[in-house]
Amino acid sequence: MIRLEKRAAPSRVWSYLTPVVAVLATMVAGGVMFALLGTEPVAAIRTIFWDPVFGEFAFYYRGQLLVKAGPLILIAVGLALGFKAGIWNIGAEGQYIIGAVCGAAVGLAFYPMEARWLIFPLMVIAGAVGGVLWAMIPGILRTRFNTNEILVSLLLVYVAEQILAWTALGPLRNPDGSGFPGSRNLRQYESAANNELIAGTGMHWGVVAAFIAVIFAYILLSRHLTGFHIRLAGESPRAARFAGVNPNRLILFCLGISGALAGMAGLFEVAGPSGQISIDFNSNYGFTAIIVAFLGRLHPVGILLAGLLMALTYIGGEAAQATLGLPAAAIQAFQGMLLFFLLGFDVLTNFRVRFGAGAAA
Amino acid sequence: MTAPLLEVKGLRKAYPGVVANDDVSFSIGRGEVHSLLGENGAGKSTLVKMVYGLVRPDEGSMTFDGAAFAPTSPHEARRTGIAMVFQHFSLFEALDVAENVALGMETPPPMHTLAQQIREVSETYGLPLNPDRLVGDLSAGERQRVEIIRCLLQDPKLLIMDEPTSVLTPQEVDILFETLRKLQSEGTSILYISHKLEEIRTLCDGATILRLGKVVGSADPKASSARELAAMMVGEELKVPEARAHRLGEVALKLDNLSVASPSAFGTSLKGVSLELRKGEVLGVGGVAGNGQDELLGALSGELRATPGAVVLAGQPIGGLGPVERRALGLLAAPEERLGHAAAPNMSLTENAALSGWLRKDMVNRSLIDWRKARGFAGEVIKAFDVRTPGTETAARALSGGNLQKFVIGREILQAPDVLVVNQPTWGVDASAAAAIRQALLDLAANGAAVMVISQDLDELMEISTSFAALNEGRLSPVRPAEGLTIDEIGLMMGGAHGMEVAHV
Repeated sequence: MIRLEKRAAPSRVWSYLTPVVAVLATMVAGGVMFALLGTEPVAAIRTIFWDPVFGEFAFYYRGQLLVKAGPLILIAVGLALGFKAGIWNIGAEGQYIIGAVCGAAVGLAFYPMEARWLIFPLMVIAGAVGGVLWAMIPGILRTRFNTNEILVSLLLVYVAEQILAWTALGPLRNPDGSGFPGSRNLRQYESAANNELIAGTGMHWGVVAAFIAVIFAYILLSRHLTGFHIRLAGESPRAARFAGVNPNRLILFCLGISGALAGMAGLFEVAGPSGQISIDFNSNYGFTAIIVAFLGRLHPVGILLAGLLMALTYIGGEAAQATLGLPAAAIQAFQGMLLFFLLGFDVLTNFRVRFGAGAAA
Repeated sequence: MTAPLLEVKGLRKAYPGVVANDDVSFSIGRGEVHSLLGENGAGKSTLVKMVYGLVRPDEGSMTFDGAAFAPTSPHEARRTGIAMVFQHFSLFEALDVAENVALGMETPPPMHTLAQQIREVSETYGLPLNPDRLVGDLSAGERQRVEIIRCLLQDPKLLIMDEPTSVLTPQEVDILFETLRKLQSEGTSILYISHKLEEIRTLCDGATILRLGKVVGSADPKASSARELAAMMVGEELKVPEARAHRLGEVALKLDNLSVASPSAFGTSLKGVSLELRKGEVLGVGGVAGNGQDELLGALSGELRATPGAVVLAGQPIGGLGPVERRALGLLAAPEERLGHAAAPNMSLTENAALSGWLRKDMVNRSLIDWRKARGFAGEVIKAFDVRTPGTETAARALSGGNLQKFVIGREILQAPDVLVVNQPTWGVDASAAAAIRQALLDLAANGAAVMVISQDLDELMEISTSFAALNEGRLSPVRPAEGLTIDEIGLMMGGAHGMEVAHV
């Protein structure tokens, strides 16, 4: 018989080890799945994890790594603050969309005026504000009417998608685009473009913002009183109230921060890698960031690494689709396994596995 | 009456560190309403859990209906003819009454038959209840009826009720008593757990009184006065405090008609609590659990807000302030629940030291916490209060109850409060730790602080208090000097003198 026994204190070793074990288990289980699909498992794993960084076409993929990891990290850092406090913002995808729409709208409003020092910063602010406003809807509904922020934030993603489609077809549509849906390409509008800062690296302002967010989140959680209160509220809401934490203010703070970061991520994406508002602009970064946040153990540095890892599975997954003909669903299942194993092995942080029957303690 | 229905002989149950029941014997006759009386922690719950098959006794035997009886599970107890209504209901709010009843039955009949049976039982026993209603829409009293009907449908020979009236309105209590009397007249025995003395005197034929896990006596409640019962419950060897040199200073804390609604559905709201607490005074607040103790602590710690003028600290109205502002002004508190309220279980002692101590111990500079100072303060508390722990970075949950309690109380005392409020400071704490905590509270008061000790341990209150009051249903009795108080008077203050005036027996 296998029994779980609660540890007296959470194991420090296991809290660092579980992500590694989870990645290894994902490789094994994923390999089995790929084998069942008729693909050579070692080749598939190598295509996903090795080739993008060290393979023949690594010069192209390496740049993509930061492009993909940037928004994931930026969004996940914000989400992690809320998750630590027990505030479940599942709708970062929606905040990401609204941030992109608001930021792009500000940029397009100035077209064709050239004033980069003014327009680009204004767009970043508009993106953040858009994300915050969208996140405040579940926030205010929760604090005023005690609605469930999980449901409200999630359902607002679909509302945001409709707004995105409407702006792409209506107010933000490129007037010179022969009636095709989609806005002007912001990358070709110098004052609004979020282009690569160093050619070939994939480094753009969004990646810089992600690194800054990681540093700030680290300081916030480890040193700042608000960060302490966030952790306290997540650990023990009653103890947090006893300490003097105002739960409603904390909810709005966490939702606001995660909304702002998601909105900024959307703006950096629409002004950079994506270039324009289009009907299918969003690509699930907001949802994948939830996995990244947990894979990184809700720790800013962990999220940095997890974001890079997750970006790797994206890029490698695309490569595997192209070269090995693996279905996209198999790659998604593979990413899902990662979260599954991570949460599964997480038990080991707080519990010890005991083998053998009997009441021996 | 012939042989008793249930006979319990020499039951013993020990948990690590405590003996919950020791050599407990009693019996219940057929058709008898028998009461188990005792303070919190006296071992009533463990005892009935053994009868109901939830807990297995270490020693002793039981006979039920003439046969040896050693239930290993509630299923077995139910098959034998025992049903139990718990203090906290186990009902699904999203299901209707009939579905909930079916879920708790061994072999539920088809739904429409069951609904019919529920209607019949509810009419027979005067428990109005519509089987089609959603449980989520029912009042606490109606929910209890669901539980009772679930039990009655199984035709029990013995019905156990654990503090059934704690969630009921007076009208609902009357209805419940009617039902119980009807059951009794049909020959069902009832084991009734309560510490409301008047109820027991009204309803019960016999009473077994438990104290610290042992039977200290039995009584005929109808022939005994509430005072006699209370005296048996709290023990007559209660120490009368020796005359202390009172060096009472000016009023440090004043409550003026403090009324606060309880945040919990099962809580007790405070109703017009008034008192004055002076420097150097130790005010003991007694009372049976669930009569507003948590709410009183919350209203003083700042977790529950009141009108500004209802709480006055050194002449300053603070009823509307939160915990941080109150700490800044010198009002500190230590709640009853150590893990999850006074301390965060998974956080280290350093972090828990910062939890309430960051402001007065100056650990925060420009919103950044100086963890070195927090660690230093945690170390200080550990040293001064002899907290047994491997170090300051140990998680709070890894400490034993007594050690964590010393840490929690020490954390507040070392912040040099002007007024300290503690709830159950020595609950579940071993004797030496308890003595250390009491001494620390006395020293604090001797140094000029005002101390309020909310506790259900009357011995403790008599040992350290200079004055005494009791909470009863959210109301506070007048404050009396502790010196010269008799057990009778304390029983009256606790048991609700206002309940006694309307007693009709």
